[in-house]
Amino acid sequence: MTGPATPMVEVREAHKMFGSLHVLRGVDLTVQPGEVCVVLGPSGSGKSTLLRCLNELEELTGGSVRLDGELLGYREDASGRLHRLHPTAIARQRSRIGMVFQRFHLFPHMTALENVMEAQVQVLKRSKSAARAKAVELLERVGLSGRMDHYPAQLSGGQQQRVAIARALAMDPEIMLFDEPTSALDPELVGEVLAVMKDLAAGGMTMVVVTHEIGFAREVADHVVFMDEGVVVEEGVPAQVLDAPQQERTKDFLSHVL
Amino acid sequence: MSESHDPVPNRIHARPVPRPGRWIAAAILAVLAAMALHGLITNPNFHWDVFFTYVRDVTVIRGVGWTLVLTFGSMLIGVVLAVLLAIMRRSDNPVLRSVSWFYIWLFRGTPIYTQLVFWGLISVLYPKLSLGVPFGPEFLTFDTATVITAFWAALLGLGLNEAAYLAEIVRAGLGSVDKGQEEAARALGMKEATILRRIVIPQAMRVIVPPTGNETISMLKTTSLVLAVPFTLDLTFATNAIGNRIFMPIPLLVVSAFWYLLITSILMVGQHYLERYYGRGSGSERPSRGGPGPRRFRRQAAIKAAGTSKDDPFLEVTP
Repeated sequence: MTGPATPMVEVREAHKMFGSLHVLRGVDLTVQPGEVCVVLGPSGSGKSTLLRCLNELEELTGGSVRLDGELLGYREDASGRLHRLHPTAIARQRSRIGMVFQRFHLFPHMTALENVMEAQVQVLKRSKSAARAKAVELLERVGLSGRMDHYPAQLSGGQQQRVAIARALAMDPEIMLFDEPTSALDPELVGEVLAVMKDLAAGGMTMVVVTHEIGFAREVADHVVFMDEGVVVEEGVPAQVLDAPQQERTKDFLSHVL
Repeated sequence: MSESHDPVPNRIHARPVPRPGRWIAAAILAVLAAMALHGLITNPNFHWDVFFTYVRDVTVIRGVGWTLVLTFGSMLIGVVLAVLLAIMRRSDNPVLRSVSWFYIWLFRGTPIYTQLVFWGLISVLYPKLSLGVPFGPEFLTFDTATVITAFWAALLGLGLNEAAYLAEIVRAGLGSVDKGQEEAARALGMKEATILRRIVIPQAMRVIVPPTGNETISMLKTTSLVLAVPFTLDLTFATNAIGNRIFMPIPLLVVSAFWYLLITSILMVGQHYLERYYGRGSGSERPSRGGPGPRRFRRQAAIKAAGTSKDDPFLEVTP
């Protein structure tokens, strides 16, 4: 893995403590532009926490995250000392990172269209007509052109998650993070969300996906990371990690989910 | 016969369970009600002629007007301050948090009557109000008694007290919104103020507004305490004054009770529609898919169906 360009995401020695609970215990992760990185691991392994640290929903206790070379959350002065960024600057950094949640978290008081328009208008200061045009285009792309004026409560789980993906894409993010995007869905609705994600991957979007969908990892991932107990146990291309795992813990995990 | 058109061919026609208790209770209550009504009509001490003379008296109607002004005016002050206090209470800034806590502690911890007497005595406590640098020069000076008249003292006293109660309601409302909503907004790069204004408050409204309606109904009757200031134009003071002057307190008490009941009834109708609009208490019906009905009704139903703001049965705080 010798990326010629600056990595899109570069995590160095990431530690995260929740009180006395040591959730991340020195994680290194590099994601190249255009790469689809799938993070696997048993629950409690720290994979969701890692993802939440990538867009500063959680603050790292130690280590650093760089997005396209830029340090997240801090400014480093000439002597190498860190200064916490102002919340407005952090919000600006977050707007460059798209996030899709397990439980969708659509805004229930807004229609699908308004959900996708909201942050474009409030954060990117786009005009309403420009935001609407972009929202219509994205909702068509995720196959919801007939559902634009529906409220989230009027949509199925799969439809809601596709609106959530469109909402994140509307910000023109440099990278998309998916936190178990299909875990809250009925089995027959998983496919439609994965199809949208495959389409995104094919379009060259950089993605970090936390999921239990081994099939998706095998088919779409460029890079699979297996985490357990707060560390990266094994990583590599899908064929290597999924079909010929070297570590006992990886083999054990895969034998339970496959 | 329509029997043949019944889609249920074997419809059950059973006799209901006998409920003699209901009939006995109804009979006893009917007798008691007749006795009460008889007493009301025939007891000369109610002086119904006096009631009918004064129920539309100019002073009484003016009292109704002032009572309404005090009710809605103090609620307005209360709501504005309460939102401010609730937002301060959630703030990262420990100074703002403590100020809000202290305010609520002070104004909820002392009787409204005491507070109203205090506001009435403000010009004794501080004869002059001035703008200036503490221990330094003063730029503007007012006579307290001319600026804070009895009306303003009553309005401020009621409003500032109400703010403390409403602040708790607003705080509970803001706290009822699912934390995932804030996270999703934050992940999109929204600033905290935008998140509050665009995402949290619209969802919190369905939890905040109905108890605020209740507080308004409660405030209507609390205004009768403004004689503590003393403010002398409200309904209770007006009817008491007339009653004392003509030595007939009872019919004048009935006059004031009549007006309070009438206004409360009107406010209750409003409250009913408010609660229906915000979908409290009724079942968890899903909004019809793209169905008819005014857009704002569908919007409230959608918020309710999403379940991102919880109904809190312990929310309603009444003084």
